[in-house]
Amino acid sequence: MSNVTQETVLTRLQEQFGSAIISNEMLFDVLTLEIAPDKAHDMIAWLKQDDVLKMSFLTLLGAVHYPNDKGREICMTYHLHALVHNVRLRLKAYLPIENPSIQSIADIYVGANWQERETFDFFGVNFVGHPNLIRILNEDTMDYHPMRKEYHLEDATREDKDDRYFGR
Amino acid sequence: MSDTLNNRSLFSDETIDGEIATLNLGPTHPATHGIFQNILTVDGEKILSSEQTVGYIHRAFEKLAERRPFNQITPITDRLNYCSSPINNIGWEMTVEKLIGADIPKRVDYMRVIIMELARIADHLVCNSVIGVDTGALTGFTYMFQQREKIYELYEEVSGARLTTNIGRIGGFERDFSPRFHEKLKAFLKEFPKHFQEFDDLLLRNRIFMDRTIGAGPIAAERALDYGFTGPNLRAAGVDYDVRVMNPYASYQDFDFIVPVGTQGDTYDRFCVRQEEIRQSLRIIEQAYNNLPEGNYFSSDVPEFYLPPKADVYTKMEALIYHFKIIMGETPVPVGEVYHSVEGGNGELGYYLISDGGRTPYRLQFRRPCFIYYQAYPEMITGSTISDAVLTMSSMNVIAGELDA
Repeated sequence: MSNVTQETVLTRLQEQFGSAIISNEMLFDVLTLEIAPDKAHDMIAWLKQDDVLKMSFLTLLGAVHYPNDKGREICMTYHLHALVHNVRLRLKAYLPIENPSIQSIADIYVGANWQERETFDFFGVNFVGHPNLIRILNEDTMDYHPMRKEYHLEDATREDKDDRYFGR
Repeated sequence: MSDTLNNRSLFSDETIDGEIATLNLGPTHPATHGIFQNILTVDGEKILSSEQTVGYIHRAFEKLAERRPFNQITPITDRLNYCSSPINNIGWEMTVEKLIGADIPKRVDYMRVIIMELARIADHLVCNSVIGVDTGALTGFTYMFQQREKIYELYEEVSGARLTTNIGRIGGFERDFSPRFHEKLKAFLKEFPKHFQEFDDLLLRNRIFMDRTIGAGPIAAERALDYGFTGPNLRAAGVDYDVRVMNPYASYQDFDFIVPVGTQGDTYDRFCVRQEEIRQSLRIIEQAYNNLPEGNYFSSDVPEFYLPPKADVYTKMEALIYHFKIIMGETPVPVGEVYHSVEGGNGELGYYLISDGGRTPYRLQFRRPCFIYYQAYPEMITGSTISDAVLTMSSMNVIAGELDA
């Protein structure tokens, strides 16, 4: 098998990008790096064309909302997979909620197109340079981004409801 | 004639009669097998461009999951790819088990493999027989649905349900395989190959079928990877990526099977890959069933997640407490972040789970293979005819539930 491991990925990325990698940790079996948001596009592009790592498959792209983390509320997550070496990598970039902008990677992976539209739809992340950044699963007239934490679903543990009014 | 058909050079780039029309294929059209809208710009029969609308049956699963305890999320996963819900259920259960670090008995692994491979057969049967329907061969479909029914009866024996199975539990299964299940599985393994062979004979080397499917909706391997294709559709293009082999889960490393690949990535290759996968799934089931290890059908490791037997709940204090906690969703969950993927009917079905220690996931994201590869559809049908577009869609096995979450 190949000799590229998660350590190789980390070392090579640190050599190439240095301070753009803010922290690294192993979360279960996936190496997770926190990176500077303005370097995300370059890093993913570099990983794709690098002859050693060959990290050229985008598994998943999404966002998470941490409302209490001031200045870094929106966390963009990228799951990459080097199919040749079977090494997975997770990149995280934190964005402020006032202006959650990050460069689109739809020019690197065509498949990122819809996933970025979905992330825009649900979290309001603005992907700079995306060819067609419109809502995808929700209707166009919606004026909020429903996966953000301020939009609660009903609390499953509430007790103040009278079942008689709900036909139960 | 057939050569020009295969090379898709039947139509030149010039317009046929100079008249360009807009055609709505869907949202509800009998040929789309689900709610998909494609606004086609056509010149006669030839598709010039296509624009997709998705989200018609969006049910906010990721949001719903943020308000549900872990064991209540399993029924949500049923409704992703509803043609193979057991794979979704078990994939989710394994994600949680990975997070809580449960030690799963070998017997559970093998039982899961049997169920998941049955689900894969059911999934591929639907897809392939529907390709048959779209090429005008309804007969195969009716016979294969009879076989699918047998698989549904097997689900019924295990979980009590057929389509939205909610099969298994976090930590194993709610009950062991019943004697009736053994009986029915043996009958299925004996009878199914015969019927399947009939279906195979009907279509595989059928001249009309081959003419209709070879060269329809092709995609190159590199392009498919770029789009994020996984599963049979990627393998039809020639890339042998299979989660079962690359990152074995549920003891898949114990079984001997091959991963079929195609070369052209067209409808015929997708059909052939699925046909072969059904045979391989049968092989896996036979191996798993013949070597089914003795042991427990659940992990006694995780009493906080696995519902105790009802008899114990009435007699044992501890079981009563666990029962109450699980039902009310008050089980403490470790903090962590985990990505787990299984080979679903359509490809890599992933679960990205972030837990902050609350009663529900902080965030749960599904990697839905359909959603990711369906965006390649316009590219695959541009330049082909409408009838080929219908075939391409059914051969990609786009499932509305998985597409729209």
